[in-house]
Amino acid sequence: MAGFVIRRALGAVLLLVVTSMVTFAIFFVVPRLAGQTVDQLAAQYVGKDPSQAEIEATKVKLGLDQPITVQYGRFVKGIVAGREYSFGPSTEYCPPPCFGYSFKTQRPVWPDLVDRMEVTASLAFGASVLWLLAGVSIGVLSALRKGSFFDRAAMITALAGVSLPIFFTGLLSLALFLPTGVSYVSITDDPLAWAKNLLLPWITLAFLYAALYARLTRAGMLETMGEDYIRTARAKGLPERIVVTRHALRATLTPILTVFGLDIGLLLGGAVLTESTFSLPGIGRYAIDAINNNDLPQVLGVTMLAAFFIVVANLIVDLLYAVADPRVRLS
Amino acid sequence: MMMKKTGLAAVVALALGVTACSSGDDKDNGGTAEFNAADASIVNQSAKTGGTLNLALSDDWDSIDPGNTYYAFSWNFARLYGRALTTFKPAAGKDGLTLVPDLAQNLGEVSDGGRTVTYKLKPGIKYEDGTPVTAKDVKYAVARTYARDVLPNGPTYFVDLLDAGTYTGPYKNTDINAFTGIQTPDDTTVVFKLKQPFGDFDFLVSSPQTIPVPQAKDTGAKYQEHPMSTGSYKVDTYEPGKQFVLSKNPNWDSSDPNRKQLVDKIDVKLKVNAEDIDNRLLAGSLDADIAGSGMQAAARSRVLSDPNLKKNSDNTFTGRLWFFVMDEKVAPFDNIECRKAVQYATDKVALQTAYGGPIAGGDVATTMLPPTIVGYQKFDLYATPESKGDVAKAKDALTRCGRPDGFETKILLRADRPNEVAAGEALQQALGKVNIKAEIRSVPAGQYFTRFAGAPEYMKGNQIGIAFHGWQADWPTGYGFLQQLVDGRTIKAQGNTNVQEMNVPEINAMFDKAAASTDAKERETIYGQIDKAAMEHASVVPFLYGKGLLYRNPAMTNVFISYPFGMYDYVGLGKG
Amino acid sequence: MTAPFLQVKDLQVSFPTDDGLVRSVNDVSFGVARGETLGIVGESGSGKSVTSLAIMGLLKGAKRSGEIWLDGISLLDASSEEVRKLRGRKMAMIFQDPLSAMHPFYSVGQQIIEAYRIHHRVTKAVARKHAIDMLNRVGIPRPDKRVDDYPHQFSGGMRQRAMIAMALSCDPELLIADEPTTALDVTVQAQILDLIRDLQRDFNTAVILITHDLGVVSELSDNILVMYAGRAAEYASAEDLFTAPEHPYTWGLLGSMPRLDAEPTDRLLQIKGTPPSMINVPAGCAFHPRCPYADLASRTLVPPLTEVAPGHRVACHIPVEERRRIWQHDIRPAVEGGR
Repeated sequence: MAGFVIRRALGAVLLLVVTSMVTFAIFFVVPRLAGQTVDQLAAQYVGKDPSQAEIEATKVKLGLDQPITVQYGRFVKGIVAGREYSFGPSTEYCPPPCFGYSFKTQRPVWPDLVDRMEVTASLAFGASVLWLLAGVSIGVLSALRKGSFFDRAAMITALAGVSLPIFFTGLLSLALFLPTGVSYVSITDDPLAWAKNLLLPWITLAFLYAALYARLTRAGMLETMGEDYIRTARAKGLPERIVVTRHALRATLTPILTVFGLDIGLLLGGAVLTESTFSLPGIGRYAIDAINNNDLPQVLGVTMLAAFFIVVANLIVDLLYAVADPRVRLS
Repeated sequence: MMMKKTGLAAVVALALGVTACSSGDDKDNGGTAEFNAADASIVNQSAKTGGTLNLALSDDWDSIDPGNTYYAFSWNFARLYGRALTTFKPAAGKDGLTLVPDLAQNLGEVSDGGRTVTYKLKPGIKYEDGTPVTAKDVKYAVARTYARDVLPNGPTYFVDLLDAGTYTGPYKNTDINAFTGIQTPDDTTVVFKLKQPFGDFDFLVSSPQTIPVPQAKDTGAKYQEHPMSTGSYKVDTYEPGKQFVLSKNPNWDSSDPNRKQLVDKIDVKLKVNAEDIDNRLLAGSLDADIAGSGMQAAARSRVLSDPNLKKNSDNTFTGRLWFFVMDEKVAPFDNIECRKAVQYATDKVALQTAYGGPIAGGDVATTMLPPTIVGYQKFDLYATPESKGDVAKAKDALTRCGRPDGFETKILLRADRPNEVAAGEALQQALGKVNIKAEIRSVPAGQYFTRFAGAPEYMKGNQIGIAFHGWQADWPTGYGFLQQLVDGRTIKAQGNTNVQEMNVPEINAMFDKAAASTDAKERETIYGQIDKAAMEHASVVPFLYGKGLLYRNPAMTNVFISYPFGMYDYVGLGKG
Repeated sequence: MTAPFLQVKDLQVSFPTDDGLVRSVNDVSFGVARGETLGIVGESGSGKSVTSLAIMGLLKGAKRSGEIWLDGISLLDASSEEVRKLRGRKMAMIFQDPLSAMHPFYSVGQQIIEAYRIHHRVTKAVARKHAIDMLNRVGIPRPDKRVDDYPHQFSGGMRQRAMIAMALSCDPELLIADEPTTALDVTVQAQILDLIRDLQRDFNTAVILITHDLGVVSELSDNILVMYAGRAAEYASAEDLFTAPEHPYTWGLLGSMPRLDAEPTDRLLQIKGTPPSMINVPAGCAFHPRCPYADLASRTLVPPLTEVAPGHRVACHIPVEERRRIWQHDIRPAVEGGR
């Protein structure tokens, strides 16, 4: 077990390194292939009508004058050991993990990411509780009453939930229920206001996922209910309630747990559409801005963070799976 | 004493509840709430204090550092926490285009044949921390904008205009005396040394780049975390992408005639979804959209169809001109008659529709200067019936051009701007009627001026005849609007905005003449002449004076459209 | 004569499907006494498993008619809750594939404990001790250790032993073993069959042994029911069935029993073709398309199950004398020659 965790952690670090390299390459190499010069890249951060001297100065400031390998080395050094940055009159030490300073806003990337993490995490966890409860219970009931009115109604709703885009359901629900909009309040400031404000985004996001999970649970449950061990459980004389919960649900939930862990991991990297629709200042919106502004440090920070969450979520899911399913060996 | 009384009144009114609402409908209002009321008058005039002004922005600031920002709303808003040497008169309508002294006691005193401009600072003006503002701080504020590597966003007018040699800002060399572009003989006198005369200099110093910055407090790129306020409000917090909160500046000089200090707090939510902003406006939880670019389609139709909402809205000029140009260096547009053929063939109503119609798009344009710019004169050199194009006249011009059977060309536009794409298609169709076959080439907006339209080499290399363009002035005069567009000496290899490559010595000379003139009336006349001369050259086809539908929360007081900024004026707003 | 412990009379089981009502079991009757073993033999789809599940009440969506009496209780009239309480305690079942029949997420012990505690109000500790006893009883070494193992940690034979331990944990009076050895190695098969026989002796259990392999039932069964296409083809004591079988299908089964030498099987003894689909059962005698002796009657009329000797019933149109002649002259030499 410990060996497994260590090996996986090393693999995760390797994956993050590769992710950062690929992001770097996409940022620097691909536009170059498309004909963009370093000057043109730098010109995006100088403002209107830059002179050549200004462009050169900006290139030096952002480190764009250096070869890509040197730039990458600086980036890695920043994460591991921190870096010094000049702001004109003074320089400032950016402690590790230093993802650098935004090209655009000149602010350090890491504290902003940490700050926004709270919003995204609040959104993801709140919604996940809702969708897990709603999705699984609807899925189970649908499977047990397959073909009933409830089953059909639930599955049609689920189809709608899966196919309607968040910005549609989100804007509609905003217009209908909360035209004054959502403003994020930190859970540490006022837990009640926090929940009140996030309720609508939670429900909207959970609607989509609950729909997915209901379908997933229903299918899994139908499959499990046909398993031999369910027949065995009945043959033992177990009441149907116990057959469903202890035997069928347990087996159905285990693969769903995997999907759930990965979904959470993905969402923590930014619930882009939900955050945009509800104007929540989370990681997802940060990512969008980073990409729109061609802001490399921000893009790298957000990519690494998202990759980190996915890697960690994978690891946790694997560990949980081993706990849930005794057949799984960690090796 | 007065302040105290008002405060007490507010408390009483608040306690009475319902009365507070009815007392907001004072009869002595400059204008009552009706459609477009804030365009010509000040709506809900009131001296009532207290409350929070709730604003929102679907985007974010480039920087809140007054020396490092270049958005219109930002220049409008920066006046809340900083006083530049001059500013615009807080008045509705054309009156608002008038410059008035702000930090300075007077407008610029010009001497040395226009190469020296002197401002005397008002006495007793302090920063939010109580330290007095000196002339050196104004000099420092301008000096730091020379450090383009640290503060890249703002305009470069001072850099280009002031006689400062190769000065590179105060960060590499902290001795401010190295900056010769401004002299400060004493603590209240600011003397600008210009390379050549510049008639609109008073307009130039209204930009936030002259808002004083104390050198001791300057942290370069990080100064935006807390710029020192001289205005009626000071920065509490600025969190990029989240919010920007200001509160009353206790050390604001209340004799300031250009500002008010009514609300207790100004709260700007950032990066709010545009539709969400509209919803919140109509629900009353927001007072105004700070960008001032107009509501989205859904809310627009709701507002226009409901008289109760419509009366709280204004359909105002944004100060923006939408136009397309023909590159005079790309055949056959090197021939003025071929350019005229396009002038006549263009169906401006179709282009207007593409941009969202008269309310969201704007009014059909026939001049380069929009009506809210100093120097605007109404004329139409290429009039066509109902502005829908004139095939016969266009064909005549084609014949004179030696291309009676038409020709082929390319239209360059920004792919990620749906309006522009639609307009390009409308233009393509109109040109097709006179056998001009235009092929549309769409490129990303982000690099439009660095790589495509703004790079003459690209235009010529790819034989791009026509390119779409949009423009807004840095200051509301003909010079501010036109110089970067039609002065041939501004053509550059990258970031070129004179996309049509118009280089007419007579026009260039008129800019010099206006710059040298000390007579505002004379300058205004020259601007009109430049506009006409440029239009006669026929390579620019203006089609829309941009407009937007703005919504003002009826609870807001002292609301009017600032013509220079093309949106609500933010420095006098209160809450009823 | 008192009714046997389990009495099945004219059992019919049908399933509604999109293609209409499918009759999986038709007019099947038999009885099993305590301590007695009934073998039910047939190919897959012959209805033997459906019959056993019908007794257990484990068929979802099936229509059952006829009579099933278990120790004087009519299972078809009892409420589902009453039947549930009988399951595990009075009648238990073991399945073909113990790997899929045991829950993969629970230890063997947990599953036995669960089975025991449904019917006995005892503490977990007591139930655990009982589970270890049961594992010991079915011959699992170090049961106190293995009790916490999961099914996948057991070998196939051990798993089936654990399954038997679970089935017998509540001391049931009827044990239905549905192909208990099919998934196992030949050597392990014999051990499991021995185990069932031993336990049956010890517990005096009535056993129904369901298999497609006559060899499996030959030693264990008192009576054998041969089923084909949902009907009884032949029903006889084990001795009669092996010495004087009268149904051509039984002959085929006897001929296809594994033998030690490698001599090719007589052509007559091979059952040609495939078992019929239950959706489309051949008219007349369902076996007629595969029967070398079929005549017109076979193709048109369903042969009635008639008693040819005390306790020996056969459903076949071939005249009795003719059947006995064929057996004596053609089949028996081939079958016994092979032995």
